[in-house]
Amino acid sequence: MNSRTLLTLAGIAALAVAPAFVYPMLMVKLLCFALFASAFNLMLGYTGLLSFGHAMFFGTSGYILGLGMKHLGWSPELGLAAGMAGAALLGFIAGAIAIRREGIYFAMITLAISQLIYFLAMQADWTGRDDGLHGIPRGRLFGLIDLENDLALYGLVAVCFVLALAGIRRIVTSPFGQVLTAIRENEPRAVSLGYDVARYKVMAFTLSAALSGLAGGLKALALSYESLNDLHWSLSGEVVMMCILGGLGTLSGPVAGAFFVILLQNFLADKVGEWLSVIIGLVFLFCILAMRKGLVGELSGRLAALRRKARAT
Amino acid sequence: MTEIFGVPAQVLYGQLLLGLVNGSFYALLSLGLSVIFGLLNIVNFAHGTMYMLGAFLAYALLNPLGLNYWWALALVPVLAACIGIVIERTVLKRIYGLDNIYGLLVTFALTMIIEGVVRVYFGVSGLRYPVPQALTGMLDLGFMRLPVYRVWVIVAALGLCLLTWAIIERTRLGATLRAGTENPRLVQAFGVNVPVLVTLVFGWGVGLAAFAGVLAAPLMQLTPQIGHSIIITVFGVVVIGGMGSILGSILTGLALGLIEGVAKVYYPEASSTVIFVVMILVLLVRPHGLFGKQ
Repeated sequence: MNSRTLLTLAGIAALAVAPAFVYPMLMVKLLCFALFASAFNLMLGYTGLLSFGHAMFFGTSGYILGLGMKHLGWSPELGLAAGMAGAALLGFIAGAIAIRREGIYFAMITLAISQLIYFLAMQADWTGRDDGLHGIPRGRLFGLIDLENDLALYGLVAVCFVLALAGIRRIVTSPFGQVLTAIRENEPRAVSLGYDVARYKVMAFTLSAALSGLAGGLKALALSYESLNDLHWSLSGEVVMMCILGGLGTLSGPVAGAFFVILLQNFLADKVGEWLSVIIGLVFLFCILAMRKGLVGELSGRLAALRRKARAT
Repeated sequence: MTEIFGVPAQVLYGQLLLGLVNGSFYALLSLGLSVIFGLLNIVNFAHGTMYMLGAFLAYALLNPLGLNYWWALALVPVLAACIGIVIERTVLKRIYGLDNIYGLLVTFALTMIIEGVVRVYFGVSGLRYPVPQALTGMLDLGFMRLPVYRVWVIVAALGLCLLTWAIIERTRLGATLRAGTENPRLVQAFGVNVPVLVTLVFGWGVGLAAFAGVLAAPLMQLTPQIGHSIIITVFGVVVIGGMGSILGSILTGLALGLIEGVAKVYYPEASSTVIFVVMILVLLVRPHGLFGKQ
């Protein structure tokens, strides 16, 4: 058994006992954002594309789930699946448009498309506009498990989280994932090797959108509420921030980053009031200027250095 | 009363004027964004925040200090440029040479910080800035009546755009600047102090945004969020026009303002989204933008 498997098992064990120590709804929120950041990492960390509009997938899926469960009597599993499908479709379309430009323009185009979605949601009657969509029922999973119980809901979120992370690891270690990394490292080379780079980018974007949609759907289900905030670009910025804070291109980085940001917000919220966004902004600024590898990147760098030292002596 | 496609001509002209006003703001902001991007290779996400800051600085000059609109128009861009210069010297200079996504992220963090500070000091409820005495009233053109202040905004904004264009395209300083955009190391080798040039350009770009903020202050309720939607719209403008051309930025900004105005008359639901729809269409037909270089 190598250290990686051990670490994974330890992580799963920690998730299993966490509700005994942490308020389950806080764990749910942490896991939803950790999943969102991990999905985003598939774009920026592994493919090297900065999307600045990922909130559109998170929010759209939440609205699809909310509307379906509230008005059409969908079950939670159908709501989650439909939300993911909607986010994936949107990701496919937005991706196909945005990859027509590269680099910084790609970021601006994704931002503009997400703003388009935001305005559409703000004008539509069925989103509840500024008031948000209230009273989404949690329902019964597969008709059996009553999700009104917070622990049951946490169980669902934790299982989805573990499966999604396993999926992401499968994706990045597959030949498909290797091509994505090749695009990140040297796009012209990937082109000259005969890969249809545009197709790979759109596929990565679609996958990332679907997983972001899963995160958004779970969050809407857990809070029984969906609002325009989940579509706003400040959330898109926050998820970029979580990824970079934690460490890009690593599996655990985005999870660590999301935990760090959400816990910091939770801890500071009633202490500093309006200064919260200033402090978060400063933390982010410091991270980009001083530790671009992020928490996990810096930590594993230090560990590797220590290990080299130990071997040398 | 004359009608144009079923809409009273007065209403249409009114909205076109409003569109032209918004278009002038887009032009000023996208111009600054392009110039900064040209030399610094940074997409300044904080540009909308600087516009917001301009409006709030004007308010602060008026309220505790009693300095009127004309003082604000002169002082605020300078103050904002100074803030910009400090930011450039302390923060931005550390990320030159990195991938330009870091520029976007750093300025995003700055947006959070500056906006947070404004929110702490001014609150989130809308503040009012009065239209200056000399510019109140209406101008009667016979076929329509124009609010004087709106006309002034268009004239002032376009005047400043053209001044910027003239400096960059027609003076020696501008020639140096354009050379610096093409090849900073070579220009440095000719004895030009490129870092100073970079600092000044950032200050100028930020000053333009703050000037737009002062012009816009009497036209709206001031909240710390006023920079939010305009920066995304300006990104749309910049994607449509391409960041390479100065006149391109100005024309695209104006044209999109007008398109928004027309949309408000004929299909109001689309007025906030029409720019993004145009952006998508342009990307499908001409991926590098209307004025962009390959």
